[in-house]
This record gives sequence, C-alpha cells and structure tokens, in this order.
Amino acid sequence: MIAAVGLLVGVVAGVLLQPEVPLWLQPYLPIAVVAALDAVFGGLRAVLDGIFDDRVFVVSFVANTVVAALIVYLGDQLGVGSQLSTGVVVVLGVRIFSNAAAIRRHLLKA
Amino acid sequence: MSGDGRPAPAPGAWRALGRAAVPRATRGQLLAGLLCAVLGFGVVAQVRQTQVAGLEDLREADLVRILDDTTGRADRLAEEVRALEQTRRELTEGGDSARAAERAAQERATAYGLLAGTLPASGPGIVATVTDPAGAVTGTTLLSAVQELRDAGAEAVQVGSTRVVASTAFADAPGGAGAGVLVGGALEQPPYVVRAVGAPDTLATALDIPGGVRETLRQLGAELDVSTGDEVVISALHAVSEPQYARPAR
Repeated sequence: MIAAVGLLVGVVAGVLLQPEVPLWLQPYLPIAVVAALDAVFGGLRAVLDGIFDDRVFVVSFVANTVVAALIVYLGDQLGVGSQLSTGVVVVLGVRIFSNAAAIRRHLLKA
Repeated sequence: MSGDGRPAPAPGAWRALGRAAVPRATRGQLLAGLLCAVLGFGVVAQVRQTQVAGLEDLREADLVRILDDTTGRADRLAEEVRALEQTRRELTEGGDSARAAERAAQERATAYGLLAGTLPASGPGIVATVTDPAGAVTGTTLLSAVQELRDAGAEAVQVGSTRVVASTAFADAPGGAGAGVLVGGALEQPPYVVRAVGAPDTLATALDIPGGVRETLRQLGAELDVSTGDEVVISALHAVSEPQYARPAR
C-alpha cells in the first residue's frame, strides 16, 4: 500500500515539478527506470508467492538500477552503448514479462 | 507481507495482495515506498525528457536522413541566395549604368552646347582686339583669323557680340570699306574684339605665325592687340533653330 502510494506520489511530484533530467543522467535514466520496473514486478510476484522481503526488494531495486546504469556506462565507454542498452532492455523486458506472467497466473489462474 | 511465514495458497493470491496492501509503517515498507516514489518520479521525468528530446536520441539512420534533408534544403536555399544576389547585382548595376548614362548624356549635352554655341563658355584663352583705322578689314580677314584660332584649338569663339559657330557667316557690310562686317548677320564695327577660349599661348602664337593674321592685318594698316587671360568669358549665345529638313538618320 505504501509502495503504491509512493508510486503515485512520485508520479504526481514528477508532473508537478517538471524535472529537467541532467545531461549526465540522460543515457542511464531510461535503463534505470526499466530495471526498477523489473524490480517492482519481481517484488509484486514475491508478494503473491508469499516470499516478499522488504530488504530483498530494496536491495534488488537499488542493485538492478545501479547495475543497469553501469552496463550502459560500460557500453558507452566501449563504444557499444546503444547495442548494450538494447540488450539490457531486452533482458529486463523478458524478466518483466515472466514476472507479469507469474502474477497473472496467481491472480487470474490463467 | 510474507514476513508472517504463512503460506499463501494460490486461491488466496488476492488475499495476499490485500494483506500486502495493508499499510504498515515498517522501515522496509517505507523504504520500498520511497523507492517506488523515486521510480514514479523517474518514469515521469524520462517520459517528459523523451517528449522534448532532440536529435541526440535518434538512431543513426534517422540522423543520416535528417542530415540529408537539411543538406538538401541548405543547398536549395544557397541556390536561391545566389539567384537573388544575382538579381540584386543586376538591379544595382542597372541603376548605376542608368545613372552613368545620364551623366554621360549630360556631359555630352554640355559639350555639344559649347560647340553649338548655345551655352556660355569661360576658361583660359585670349582676347584679340583688331583696330581698323583705315577701314580695310573685311569679313575675309576676320574669317581667316577665326579659322586660325579654330586650327589652334579654340573651343569657343566670339566676335564682338556674336558667337561664332560652324554656320556663322562672315560678310562685308553693305556700304563699302569701313562700314563694318556682318558676322552671322549681325553688324560688327571696328574695333573688332575676338574672344577665344583655348590654350592661350597656342592661340596667341597661331595669330603671330609668319604670313599669318597679324602680318595680313599690318599690311592692311590694322593693328592686332592680343592679351591672354585665365578667365575669358564668352557670353554670347547662338540661337539654334529647329532643322527644317534634316532628321536623324537611322
């Protein structure tokens, strides 16, 4: 509940504040957001599996975003930033889909 | 959440969700909420960023296409600039040449006016005074003096109060010797004052050549007095009549 409220608060804050993404963050924010989404879906799935743990969620959330941003940064340094970004997005997308499928099975039995 | 250790059977998935939805102010919950707030904030920020994003987020192919478009447009605009500049140059030069032609026409009109005797003239030249106590000077003598001056480069000549032009006739006045000379139909009487604009020294020398005007006049008993000046004014004008028959030939 607090998480949902937090999400809502964040969205409202973003809409109201109209933040300007700093230049150094621009390549990493999209990947970080996708990674965070992956963590959130994983957390939701864990809730439904009955194995949710606050600490695990926080750590996985932070680790996911940091690692995703790091990979993109590394890719940028190696000159394969866009390809590596695509790869990260694909991997995270697959994870999000599998988590979403698990959640769906839990909630809809299908 | 799952911290109570109770298994959540599949049918109770909604119940698990409902239990999870119950707010509990544990540190983990608050932290998760904070992270979710950060996520929401980041999502919105990124969405906004993407909406206002410029070229840096485009793919290479798109960039190449945009570059091609821009280059093509720049080329077209440069072509247009060249054409317009050409037109502008033509117009400007056209104006210049029109002005130049006007100026040249003005200068020609002035020169012709001086030659035709329709404009007053002034400049360096001579004033030759012919005193004729014997009354022996004829129109021929004056004509030869004028011809000598013309040969010496006189650009404007006036005898007495008559402007001498190409068509000016010199004739003896009726009434015999000493009656005067008809210059262009106007009666001139001694002393004859001949004004000429030209190189003063050349004109004066031309009258002094052996067997020339001065000698002829001396033989006739007349005297020629020549004075040079830097500003000889020829104020008499020749009235030009419209040609009756002649028309410009094409």
